Amino acid sequence: MSQEAWNYLLIGLTFAMYIGIALRSKAGSTKDYYVAGGGVSSFANGMATAADWMSAATFISMAGGIAASGYNASRFLMGWTGGFVLLTTLIVPYLRKFGKFTVVDFLGDRFESNLARLVGVICAIFICMTYIMGQMRGVGLVFSRLFDIEIATGVIIGSAIVFFYAGIGGMKGITYTQVAQYCVMVFAYTIPAVFISMLITGNVIPQLGLIGNFTKDGAEHAVPLLEKLNTLNVDLGFAKYTDGSLSKLDMFCITAALMCGTAGLPHVIVRFFTVKSVKAVRSSACWTLSCIAVIYLTAPAIGAFARTNFIDEVHGTAYTELPEWFGNWEDRGLIAWVDKNQDGIVQHQAGAVFEGRSPTYDASGARGTHGERLITNPLKENANEVFYAPDILVMANPEMANLHPWIIALVMAGCVAAALSTAAGLLLVLSTSISHDLMKKLVSPNMSEKQEVLSARLASFGSLVVAAYFGINPPSEIVAKTVAFAFGLAAASFFPTILMGIFSKRVNKHGATAGMVTGIGFTFGYITYFQFYAGHQNYWLGISPEGIGFVGMLINFAVTFLVTALTPAPSQAIQDMVEDIRDPTGAGAATHG
Amino acid sequence: MSDPDIPSAEAKAETPPTPPADHAAHWKGSIRIVLGILATWFFISLGCSVLFREFLDSHLPSVGGAPFGFWMAQQGSILGFVLLLIVYRKLMNSLDQRHHLEDEA
Repeated sequence: MSQEAWNYLLIGLTFAMYIGIALRSKAGSTKDYYVAGGGVSSFANGMATAADWMSAATFISMAGGIAASGYNASRFLMGWTGGFVLLTTLIVPYLRKFGKFTVVDFLGDRFESNLARLVGVICAIFICMTYIMGQMRGVGLVFSRLFDIEIATGVIIGSAIVFFYAGIGGMKGITYTQVAQYCVMVFAYTIPAVFISMLITGNVIPQLGLIGNFTKDGAEHAVPLLEKLNTLNVDLGFAKYTDGSLSKLDMFCITAALMCGTAGLPHVIVRFFTVKSVKAVRSSACWTLSCIAVIYLTAPAIGAFARTNFIDEVHGTAYTELPEWFGNWEDRGLIAWVDKNQDGIVQHQAGAVFEGRSPTYDASGARGTHGERLITNPLKENANEVFYAPDILVMANPEMANLHPWIIALVMAGCVAAALSTAAGLLLVLSTSISHDLMKKLVSPNMSEKQEVLSARLASFGSLVVAAYFGINPPSEIVAKTVAFAFGLAAASFFPTILMGIFSKRVNKHGATAGMVTGIGFTFGYITYFQFYAGHQNYWLGISPEGIGFVGMLINFAVTFLVTALTPAPSQAIQDMVEDIRDPTGAGAATHG
Repeated sequence: MSDPDIPSAEAKAETPPTPPADHAAHWKGSIRIVLGILATWFFISLGCSVLFREFLDSHLPSVGGAPFGFWMAQQGSILGFVLLLIVYRKLMNSLDQRHHLEDEA
């Protein structure tokens, strides 16, 4: 069977499965729609949350990012797993006991303030919107590559599918679909890693391969893989793979901001409202992190293998003798080669090959003397001749390792699963925020339950149209930069405020509101200034916009305590409520209230 | 799929007359557990993997072919997080039991 046929077969099969599951678990009530009826088993919820958490960007780009920056990329690995320790010990058991549908409900009720509610709604919508745009773009890219269609068509097909099962099935539908998607993702991620590990290190387990020996040149030349990679990197003028180039303070702040941000992301927190008790929240969190760890422990191995393999196969090889995959990805514009020294041999060195973020071509499709695609970007003066988009490493890995077409098709199906599962989860939280937190709680409190589910479905349609629009016309410079916003805002707003709402009875509405507003204001201002206006990178104390959310969080804490100390304690009813959420018993199903 | 949360029949049989739950002591106990877990969390992630990485890289034996600090940053800390959550679940569940704050279901 050809590669095409395998792609159609695997993608078709997985889609039939997702839609079948969605149809079987159609949502009837608001409770089904928002929290899947509150009775999902811990293990199923763990897999679903893991699928929700791992976005297209994580699945496709993370290993490539690790390959490109080595130790520096540990901030993502730790940030996006370590956050679950904070989430589990500090946030979710208590919010589950609180028993409402959304995170914003907690802010509004605990601090008796519609202003806190409004700030929360705006943050939640902003965070989810930033995320979902990237997902729709991801779906579009994978589809366009698979079926040779325009990206726009790919985005529209993807949106239709997401709307179909998230809008119809609600939380119940997507939870069970995500369980299936997690299984597809985990196979798609680990199977190629196993084969490549065997090829490069002779070890079946990729995690052991990472710390094992590089044996591709034969057992008698075996050296530790990471040592080999360090040597390669240094020879080509890059920093050592196992050393970082970020300052210690910046690395600390970014890792901390990502961890605290993770613990404050509304679309992650609500996943734990679907299980039936506080005890089930704890075991569900164990399963979630274990499911995520399977992929996050494999990513560094894939990154190291891909980088070694890429340099080994490409650097110092004549262009005409390169393996086939090089030309394939060159045709798609994701790899480019410029023969700067006119020797017909590919040289990879540190430094950008040309001006601009990606290669540009003229319409004639001109080819150079060796058959390479000629690019039109102005060249930079250095010895580096190879450009590759880090994103391709996961998708190109199976081709680089000469694996069977069904594995390549499986990786494609995994990419689609990653994008769809995250998009569906986000869409649901987005529609809940709009219909429940904004419409029902702030605009028109007299809505019936039926009207509320209907408005949630309309809201999800509306959000999807906006997301699809930005997926087709990405504000590209902006999308990459807004990720810093999403985590920074979550770290500076939701995480500290929820935390204090649970662990202090004294913190009142004035303190919480003032803290949230200053925390967000500072973080938002700092990121906006450096991303859009400053035009230089002389950061304050060297803390990059990615890590400033950590400082915003400290400001939030400080302002909240200061203002609280100057204003009266909250009412007895609120203090009793706080007392009650600390008691792990009697968490009924999440309610509407 | 098995659900690990359903208590076994014998655990139920052991506690027929439920003594009054001690909320204050339970809360104190949970704070102690959370602080312990978070101290370890901080040590393995921001500590070993960021603040003391160079020191660990050069002073501790490497893990297979990986310098210790680098290994902590890319593999060790993640494994540690999973273990921490398993320990947290165990400690909290037994704390609930000790203070008679367990759900029947």
